[in-house]
Amino acid sequence: MKFRSRWLGVASASALVAASLVTGAMGAQASTPSTGPALTYQPSHAGGTVKLLASSAGGTLDPQVNYTLQYWQLYQATYDGLVSFRKVSGKASFDIVPDLAVALPKVTNGGKTYTFVLRKGIKFSNGQTVTVKDVQASFQRLFKVANPNAGSWYAGIVGASACLAKPATCTLTGGVVVNPSKNIVTINLTAPDAEFLDQLAVPFGSILPASTPGHDMGTTPIPGTGAYMFKSDNPNTKLVMVRNPYFKVWNAAAQPQGYPKEIDEIFSNTVESEVTMVENGQANWMFDPIPSDRLAELSNKYASQLHVNTLTSTWYIAMNVNIAPFNNLLAREAVNYAFDKNAAVKLYGGTKLASPTCQILPPGFPGYQPFCAFQKGTGSTYSGPDLAKAKALVKKSGTAGMSVGVVAQTDTVDLALGQYLQSVLNSIGYKATLKPLSPNIQFNYIQNTNNKVQISETQWYQDYPAASDFLKILLSCSQFHPGSDNSINISGFCNKSLDAQMNQAETLMLTNPTKGNALWAQIDKQIMTKYAPWVPEFNPKLIDFISKGTGNYQFSKQFYMLVDQLWVK
Amino acid sequence: MIALGVLILILLSVIVAPFYAHDIAHTNPFTSNLNGTTVISGRTVPVLQPNTQGLGLGVTPIGPTWDFRHYFLGADNQGRDVFARLLYGGRNSLFIGTVSAIICCGVAAVLGMLAGYFGGVIDWVLSRIFDIVWAFPVYLLAISLSVVLLTSGLNLGPVHVGPGSLWLPIVIIAAVYVPYVARPVRGLTMSLREREFIQAAIGSGASDWRILTKEVLPNTLPSVIVFFPLMVAFNMLTESALSFLSIGVQPPAASWGTIINDGLGLLYTRPWVALAPGIMIVITAVSLNILGDGVRDAFDPKAKLRGAV
Repeated sequence: MKFRSRWLGVASASALVAASLVTGAMGAQASTPSTGPALTYQPSHAGGTVKLLASSAGGTLDPQVNYTLQYWQLYQATYDGLVSFRKVSGKASFDIVPDLAVALPKVTNGGKTYTFVLRKGIKFSNGQTVTVKDVQASFQRLFKVANPNAGSWYAGIVGASACLAKPATCTLTGGVVVNPSKNIVTINLTAPDAEFLDQLAVPFGSILPASTPGHDMGTTPIPGTGAYMFKSDNPNTKLVMVRNPYFKVWNAAAQPQGYPKEIDEIFSNTVESEVTMVENGQANWMFDPIPSDRLAELSNKYASQLHVNTLTSTWYIAMNVNIAPFNNLLAREAVNYAFDKNAAVKLYGGTKLASPTCQILPPGFPGYQPFCAFQKGTGSTYSGPDLAKAKALVKKSGTAGMSVGVVAQTDTVDLALGQYLQSVLNSIGYKATLKPLSPNIQFNYIQNTNNKVQISETQWYQDYPAASDFLKILLSCSQFHPGSDNSINISGFCNKSLDAQMNQAETLMLTNPTKGNALWAQIDKQIMTKYAPWVPEFNPKLIDFISKGTGNYQFSKQFYMLVDQLWVK
Repeated sequence: MIALGVLILILLSVIVAPFYAHDIAHTNPFTSNLNGTTVISGRTVPVLQPNTQGLGLGVTPIGPTWDFRHYFLGADNQGRDVFARLLYGGRNSLFIGTVSAIICCGVAAVLGMLAGYFGGVIDWVLSRIFDIVWAFPVYLLAISLSVVLLTSGLNLGPVHVGPGSLWLPIVIIAAVYVPYVARPVRGLTMSLREREFIQAAIGSGASDWRILTKEVLPNTLPSVIVFFPLMVAFNMLTESALSFLSIGVQPPAASWGTIINDGLGLLYTRPWVALAPGIMIVITAVSLNILGDGVRDAFDPKAKLRGAV
């Protein structure tokens, strides 16, 4: 996902769960840690108003439509699914725990049937009791509102194809079956899916009242079950969250009690003013990345208020393998040899904020096995560019002198990377021009083959920790849609043999995750060393800057800072 | 005279930009230099300096050394010599301002004279076109044209102007200011057309072409010349604004507007990157305006009393 319009990867925790379910006796209970760490509530810190800052609103407030990190962070405290990611700091935040469901589902029918028992007595923020009918309606609504991933993540539910064809009349007959008397929800899939629980644990899987209209609700708040509810949303001024009067803790690991009485996200500040406001204690936290010219100041004067977190993300250069000059493998290798990843790290903010990378999967990710091709030295750690070799490859490829258009976003870091790439391309024999486009436009523009984009700067943040979220989503044939703005395989890379291996790896994840991840590692290496459709640049870190006096910073690896856990008292 | 002197000084300094870059600073101002080094007080230091204090976050370009041989005004975030880019940027800003002013004044003079002299349908059509163009806020129109043309370039029959060409901002800026000059020329021509010497020429059977070139043009030219330095200033400011918005001069080429844009992300740490081109724009624009006033006074002493062009 993108940072603002974010494609979140859903993680391997559920793959492990699914594997245990499929390999074990059919009818097994999902076995992720349903007991484990949870946040301990300290009532003495309850109260006050948390003020969050963002340069702009994050779009629609509808949790089944919105795909931005900005609001996904807020949805953690306002909505619940049948399952959710554990709300804690650290690696445990990738665990899937039962949320509105009493326990993790019983999986039967060879991994194709998930049976949940819904908790009793939970109420929405409008006072209405949550029933299995609400669960069924929420799944139907995913298709009615044209959820961004309805055609991929949820297309495996029985009846989904009819819903995709005629969303307005979606019933998911045979797909989501409910038994009101026993409070049971059964979800039937057309095939086993190792990542299905992950996909239920993200905000798209939120359970909403059955009466919620089947269209994008825009700025109108929809009642939820979380510790907080949205009170009002004015995209020009602020978004207000207040306590849900009907909330009672049922599983602190899934939905802990929050601390502030009110959470406000205030819009329309410049990023520079956001930094100053947090410095002065006028706000508690800023969503936007800290501008590079303030990093040293904050690093030196406000070190105790900064939190630097490793992200599972890769910033990369996508080369269009279908048009000149990058339909030539030698040309792609040349750019890989010439581009100095250490220089890119400097542009991002230095070695404390990013690490150079030569591969698609980020470190620590399932399937990650370090390697580094296309560099001056050898070994798995990047040693620097080889400009002489790059020039020779360009000459050998017969593409020297060609015009190349670099498309980058206009924000400071992306534009600087684009300028640097332009300089590199010129230095190895191309005639490069830079096309800076607004971040709102660029991401879709570079996906559409009609725009004939040759090379572009972009990045990917995980939805959940699974190798497929990078390799299959970004580089498989099924994700390349010529002429569409939603063709996330930006390079247009399609290799049937690798696709078959990806499918094999996915199947292996159901039965033997270790072997599955080993195969993903091979695929990662093959794509880069044999085909080089990307120039991987670096893996970034995220800085959260909180004001003095703001306490209890908790960082979930899945959804980042837990806003409702901040102390202002 | 002072204004003229300042302008000549600026012109000379931007002309020697290549000499400064290659022979004094030994730098290429159009290539990223992220791993480069320079010398300060005999010490070799990186051009982009990693922060070593606190948490060690951030990388900051080197600041002004006030040494013409080594990053006089410091470096930008690509590690390029700001002073060398300032000189090269001045070349582009002045070139675009001047050439677009020549095109603008030339086209405006021709259209204004045609509308004013022929009147009728020709006047109506041309005047409405001026009205339409002038109805748009100048910057909004220029930004719209730039956004469209910068992605695909300008293709008019056999004429192709690439997206990165300097001729794109020149043509755009010239076009948006044509009504500004053409309307006064039209009014002046309409007034001239009623004068005895024109009526006499018409009565004696002189052709329209002859009347326009031999009678009308010499009498409208002083007004156009008075406009010229002002248009250079206007156009230079417009170019700077477009370049600041990344839709004027395209990198790695520089103009004063692009350098201000480069410096925007460095305002807190390296303000000179944005300040230096800003100061140059102010000095040049003020000098051109004063020069414009002088030219006006020289051509039309009565206007001095009116206090207007």
